[in-house]
Amino acid sequence: MTQRPPRPAVDLDHQLAELEEEIVRVRARDQSGSRETEIAALEQRAAQLREEIYRNPSPWHIVQLARQIQRPRLVDFLGSLFTDVIEIHGDRLYGDDPALLTALGRFDGQPVVVVGHNRGKDTKENVARNFGMPNPEGYRKALRAMRLAEKFGYPVISFVDTTGAHPGAEAEERGQAEAIARNIQEMSRLKSPILVVITGEGGSGGALAIAVGDAVLMLQYAVYTVISPEGCAAILWHDASRGRDAAAALKLTARDLQDLGIIDEVLPEPLGGAHRDAEAVFRVVRDGLGRHLKALREVPREVLLDRRYAKYRRIGRVVETLAAGGDGDRAEARP
Amino acid sequence: MLNWLRRPKYGSLERREMPAGIWDKCPRCRNLIYRKELERNLMVCPKCGYHHRLSAVERLEITLDEHAFEEYDASLTSTDPLGFEGYGAKLAEAREKTGQAEAVITGDGTIDGWRTVIAALDFNFMGGSMGSAVGEKITRAAERAVQSRLPLVVFSASGGARMQEGVLSLMQLAKTSAAIGRLHEAGLPYLSVMCDPTTGGVTASFAFLGDVILAEPGALIGFAGRRVIEQTIRRKLPDDFQTAEFCLQRGLIDMVVSRVEMRPTVARLLAFFGAPRVAPTPQEPAPAAQP
Repeated sequence: MTQRPPRPAVDLDHQLAELEEEIVRVRARDQSGSRETEIAALEQRAAQLREEIYRNPSPWHIVQLARQIQRPRLVDFLGSLFTDVIEIHGDRLYGDDPALLTALGRFDGQPVVVVGHNRGKDTKENVARNFGMPNPEGYRKALRAMRLAEKFGYPVISFVDTTGAHPGAEAEERGQAEAIARNIQEMSRLKSPILVVITGEGGSGGALAIAVGDAVLMLQYAVYTVISPEGCAAILWHDASRGRDAAAALKLTARDLQDLGIIDEVLPEPLGGAHRDAEAVFRVVRDGLGRHLKALREVPREVLLDRRYAKYRRIGRVVETLAAGGDGDRAEARP
Repeated sequence: MLNWLRRPKYGSLERREMPAGIWDKCPRCRNLIYRKELERNLMVCPKCGYHHRLSAVERLEITLDEHAFEEYDASLTSTDPLGFEGYGAKLAEAREKTGQAEAVITGDGTIDGWRTVIAALDFNFMGGSMGSAVGEKITRAAERAVQSRLPLVVFSASGGARMQEGVLSLMQLAKTSAAIGRLHEAGLPYLSVMCDPTTGGVTASFAFLGDVILAEPGALIGFAGRRVIEQTIRRKLPDDFQTAEFCLQRGLIDMVVSRVEMRPTVARLLAFFGAPRVAPTPQEPAPAAQP
């Protein structure tokens, strides 16, 4: 460990962070190499702690991991998974939204169009990019980029990482809801394969606006939710501090969402979270995208669109009772 | 009026009637209005024009031709798929309060003789929130419109996605929007009418995807909540922010139409887009449970 250890994700991490700092301190003081055994022991303890903390993280812990400021961001994925990257700008209607990035690039040498929430890794970057919370022009730029992909028959690869669409007065005036609705509808019938990777926070409609696709992959400690746990707790229980309970109730983890049939694959993260080993994350994302892209390229366009429709068509849990005036017996349940 | 569409009740309890008062105080102008007069005026205040919220049944009654409604999926309802704290009780309470199985009524009928598939959301049922059942019913309605080559008219009144169903609710945005997309591809007209309030996930899906978008005067229409926006931008928003008139002025909707004018306006649009016409006297039998 020569770098500064990553900042702690949660209070649970605190102990581990202290241990890691101690390792760095000891190593810095150790000129002669005589304290190698001590360092090894400390590292072993840190590894144990990591395993203890992360083997079975709670949903609330996973929310904190998903929000870790040092998680790999879109620009990191662009730099490591794609070549020949050319960023394109603007929705041709109003402006260019720095919170949502669109680019041309090559994946495995093949041309693709990349769209994604553009979050930063520090406050300065995040302020410049509005914390990855797009305005309508961001979503409209994404749609423009996707249309470009459709015209040339290139696949779309979308990276999702946002707390949500920007809740601003001007966003409303320029039609935030319309922009999201339009994207969702158009992505449901775009004549190009669409691959989605949820890398951090999948925040409600602001995430879904670029997350309708043929294959939806999700990093192990990413979350995808209809509302933030804090928001949910504040509205339902009038107690924003019950975020931990809401996080569990909302079933927002990758594993839960795979069980509910909402995502197609969970991409494993290194122990302790994506920020601890970005290279490992790039490898699993590259591998996941490669496999799904290869499979999707072989699907005829008509079949692709029918499958995509069917994929979303079956999501939901409802029952039909025998009759409106019946006693409420469940006559039929469809998954 | 306002009573031909008495439907069989969902569950065993009697549908709760409107408060039985003779006089109503208008929440906007504070005038006392004779209840019968208010009803005659389609629940619009004769003094100040305030549009009271309507239940889905009332909405269908004032919109459709009499006895011209064939309901779809009346007993389709959400389950509690996530085992979410308090959801089961809330669902039961909403069913008892409204007499409906869910927060939307769908079916087909005629408006001034023009045939259409129609849906009306009910704000009284858990804030008109969209969970699996609302999403499924809207989707089926759009699919039936495609199968029967009929237009689709949706009256929205909703606070957004139903958070007690988690991401399953969020995915209803995708499901309904995809179905509306197919309706557009089939070349069929879709009229979206936004009533007070239409916010959140419903605006970010089918409500904003209409060929023509209408709204009732004064209706609250927006994606993010006023409080959240005020906290974000750290200033007060003007009173008319996110109203139907505000949206019209910003180019987000096509027209603001008073309740009295809504039925003829929708009929004119259906006629323009070539909806099938039936004989002026509908052939459908009257609903069974007519008091």
